[in-house]
Amino acid sequence: MSALRPNPPMAMLAELTHRCPLACPYCSNPLELERKERELTTDEWKDIFSQAAEMGVLHVHFSGGEPASRRDLEEMVAHARDVGLYTNLITSGIGLNKRRLDALNECGLDHVQLSLQGVDSEMADWVGGYKGGFDRKMQVAEWIGEIGFPLTLNAVMHKKNFDRLDETIAIALDMGARRLEVATVQFHGWAAKNRAALMPTREQAKQARLTVNAARERLEGVLVIDYVPADHHSDYPKPCMGGWASTGINVAPDGAVLPCHAAHTIKSLTFDKAHEKPLKEIWYDSDAFNAFRGFDWMQEPCRSCELKTKDFGGCRCQAMAIAGDAAATDPVCIKSPLHGELVRQAEADAEADADLVYRVMPT
Amino acid sequence: MSVELKDGDRPVILRGVRTHFDKVRNVWLLLAPERALKLDDVGRAILDEVDGTRTFGEITAILAEKYDAPVDRISGDARTYLSGLMARCMVEAR
Repeated sequence: MSALRPNPPMAMLAELTHRCPLACPYCSNPLELERKERELTTDEWKDIFSQAAEMGVLHVHFSGGEPASRRDLEEMVAHARDVGLYTNLITSGIGLNKRRLDALNECGLDHVQLSLQGVDSEMADWVGGYKGGFDRKMQVAEWIGEIGFPLTLNAVMHKKNFDRLDETIAIALDMGARRLEVATVQFHGWAAKNRAALMPTREQAKQARLTVNAARERLEGVLVIDYVPADHHSDYPKPCMGGWASTGINVAPDGAVLPCHAAHTIKSLTFDKAHEKPLKEIWYDSDAFNAFRGFDWMQEPCRSCELKTKDFGGCRCQAMAIAGDAAATDPVCIKSPLHGELVRQAEADAEADADLVYRVMPT
Repeated sequence: MSVELKDGDRPVILRGVRTHFDKVRNVWLLLAPERALKLDDVGRAILDEVDGTRTFGEITAILAEKYDAPVDRISGDARTYLSGLMARCMVEAR
């Protein structure tokens, strides 16, 4: 635990629901999804947004599942905006129509982030497991443009679509997006079941970096590109979440408050519920949030490593998943004894071919 | 050269980008998608004059008079600042 009082959180990821019409094989939601009956009520969410604004959260990201599956989305956006939050809707577009988008505009929604499963209907409907999804999404993008919402396109990249990155960038420009997230699949949760289907090759990861850099230069002032690389082909880990419980706060559909969306995989931690305890108390004082703050929790080789203030030892959930110890060095790091095995497995998965295992919803 | 800003251009703060006083941290911020930039007094003074109708030349003339500073210097500082925001897709010149 750090002796210093942590800074207030900057951003909240509000996972309103796990319900989603798509079945993406890289879904970042937990393996065990919450059912509708366990979801927080409108008023519980509104209270959470009030508390978040009060304690210093700036951006709230309405996410899921598909947040448009909640019929009270508009009411929650209006409230979040009223209490001073910057409101971002993270959506596949499915479940939105012109009427709902107009209503969201009335409510003051600041920004829309639209996901892209592929560059054409053949690819996108296959990856998302939803026939007609691509055409529907393109229609929604047109309405977003008509209303004038600022738009980010979020493209999840993997073995099957990395070679079409140029087309992905072109779609972002066609849609009038001002920001593009080129996000390589992170192999947590359901995505771990699809490693052999989705793990990019080292060559693809290298080429993607070159393509992104060239596009950034060419499109300066037109499109901002944020790139999440394939960390399994890196020598050093990502500075996951900018350090555990340092900047972001997540609320799951059942009210569980987490430092990141995968933290529930660390079974030794207990996560408080936002409707049972003040958010402020959870952020500053709970054992789960303090578990990996600062540097005292680190073991070797992190403890004496000069990079610890930059990468914070990498991803705690990845350490848990691969090393079986959430306080271990992220096995992506070349200093980890497990690095060789991680690379070997990533290369084997990159060379393999496998069918997609679709995400299934509880009935 | 998409981030060039000429005296006759009209800079506009794009939709989805707005100033916000953060009462918890006691600072002014420029909020944008996935970004929060800290605004110092100079940045705020410049953005306060960007109303979407004034040209860059008009903005620098107003600032020069308001702060009793040479227009050339103001113009250099304001151009660097606003071009930076244009490169980040937060401001556009029309």
